Amino acid sequence: MTDALLLIAPVVIPFIGAAIAMLARKQAALAGATGLVTSLLLAIASALLFRRAMTSGSTPLTLFGNWPQGMGLSFSATLPGVALVMVTALVALAAAIYAPVDIGPRRRRAGYDPMMLAMIGAVNGAFLTEDLFNLYVWFELALLCAIGLLTLDRRPAQVHAAIRYAAFAMLGATFILLGIGMIYGITATLNIHEAAAALAQSPPSVASATAAALLLGGFALKAGLVPFHLWLPASYHVAPASVTAVFAGLLTKMGFYALLLIFAGLFGTASGSPAAAQMVPLFGIIAAATMLVCVAGALAQTDMRRLLAYHVIAQVGYMMAGLAIATREGVAAAIFYMVHSIIVQANLFLGAGLIRRASGSWDLTRTGGMVRHDPLFAALFAVPVLSLAGIPPLSGFWAKMIVIRESLDAGIAWIGGVALIAGLLTIVSMATFWSDACWKDTPGQRIRRVPRTGLGAMALLSAATVLIGLFPQGLWAVTQQSARMMEMGR
Amino acid sequence: MTLLYAFVGAGTVGCGLYMILSRNLVRMLLGFSLLATGANLLLFLAGRVRSQQPPIIVDGEQRLGEAADPLIQALILTAIVIGFALTVVMATLVLRAWRQSGSIRAEDANAAEAMGAPPKPGNEA
Repeated sequence: MTDALLLIAPVVIPFIGAAIAMLARKQAALAGATGLVTSLLLAIASALLFRRAMTSGSTPLTLFGNWPQGMGLSFSATLPGVALVMVTALVALAAAIYAPVDIGPRRRRAGYDPMMLAMIGAVNGAFLTEDLFNLYVWFELALLCAIGLLTLDRRPAQVHAAIRYAAFAMLGATFILLGIGMIYGITATLNIHEAAAALAQSPPSVASATAAALLLGGFALKAGLVPFHLWLPASYHVAPASVTAVFAGLLTKMGFYALLLIFAGLFGTASGSPAAAQMVPLFGIIAAATMLVCVAGALAQTDMRRLLAYHVIAQVGYMMAGLAIATREGVAAAIFYMVHSIIVQANLFLGAGLIRRASGSWDLTRTGGMVRHDPLFAALFAVPVLSLAGIPPLSGFWAKMIVIRESLDAGIAWIGGVALIAGLLTIVSMATFWSDACWKDTPGQRIRRVPRTGLGAMALLSAATVLIGLFPQGLWAVTQQSARMMEMGR
Repeated sequence: MTLLYAFVGAGTVGCGLYMILSRNLVRMLLGFSLLATGANLLLFLAGRVRSQQPPIIVDGEQRLGEAADPLIQALILTAIVIGFALTVVMATLVLRAWRQSGSIRAEDANAAEAMGAPPKPGNEA
């Protein structure tokens, strides 16, 4: 019973919070407080769930309505999901602390809090579910909330960006739905572990290949992988900073988590099944293209949000490289990268929002002087910037190093080489970014004070980045166990 | 029968995709609706059209005999509802875009690309 409560808590707490915030929408202060308290409760619940999953021998599992396994929907605390739920709670908490900086009473009345909380709940649902169709439903729910959050101010730019985002996401969702339908047609079950067992026994067929292609296309679109990446830099940047931070942190990673679940968990790319062996080279090409194209895209931008949006996708390329390595360690590397990237991306967008507040522009050519006016901010912002660039001893260094090391171990050194080149370009891009925003002085520019609550949110995420950087073995052990669980099914 | 279903589903999906590629936002919207319908038809097919018997266990039996698959129908029902919801949200967005710019041409919906006015932070209430 306690297991069942713990398992549904990361989904139910945000939804209850969303309902309360919806009722309190007109009282901005009350809605904001609901958002903060809910995020705090969520963080506590997810930490408890993580502890339960780590310390107990058996994996907590709950079947709704006590249907037999395979018929009813089930939530289970398999490891990567639970670890990601905890990181999600961390990002949600940071966004809730940051929210007063750029979410005024008008945006609160427009429904920022209920939609944000519902989106967090949907993301957690996707991380915990064991059912393919349920996964699809959580994606759609997150999409609806994301469209609402994108259009908070109802400006033309936001409406147009939302049309783009919704169009691509609906197209992706239809492919996912078809893919899931075909998987059901082959295996007669929607439970991921049972479907994996059934697929391992059935010979590769046209149907399973089509299903794999549809699911790859659909979830690659959601994750923003090349060549389905164009919608992301065209639509993410119009939302307020705290919204974009959560989008950048969670939504693409949700898509990648689903890819991992489908290909490492369902089709067994890491355990060397013959069907999977055909897909893996394609993953390598997608990963390499994503890393190079998107880093190059980032180098061409001067708008902070667009630059970071390109980096969001480039980072998904590194995760894809982990999946393309097609060993258990490769999957573990991808999960490690995912945890690092969620924290760092969210932090970068929060920092960009604060720079915008201080200097009045999103354009890097018109920002500057943060070191002189606010050394504390410049230092805090350096943490995610250096971590994304992959400078030791921060989390990004270990994440990149593990991906490259595993690619060498698995004998596909070219992926590691591409990752190195992309990493070098990331360093260039991030160095320009930080020095333009913080170091450079722009004559005749007025710099406002950075709000302290915003710094608090950044400090929370930066602390997590430094902690992972200083003690990477702990997270590496967790991710290795995650990869094992993904392959074996609990 | 199965083949006919497959062709109808594939044709509907094809028509939907063609309309999504149109430069008219309303046509694009209808295309998405059509695409969802086609996907649902194909989903129905993926569950195999085996029998028209309802999935009820006959009196005195222990097992369900030859019957229609209830799970896939539940899936399609959910997918229809989600498809409706998304179509309505999309329609709202298109309506908004039309009210703001007086145009339903997809080329005109590019305010997000023109990076003129970034959102003002916070205290704009």
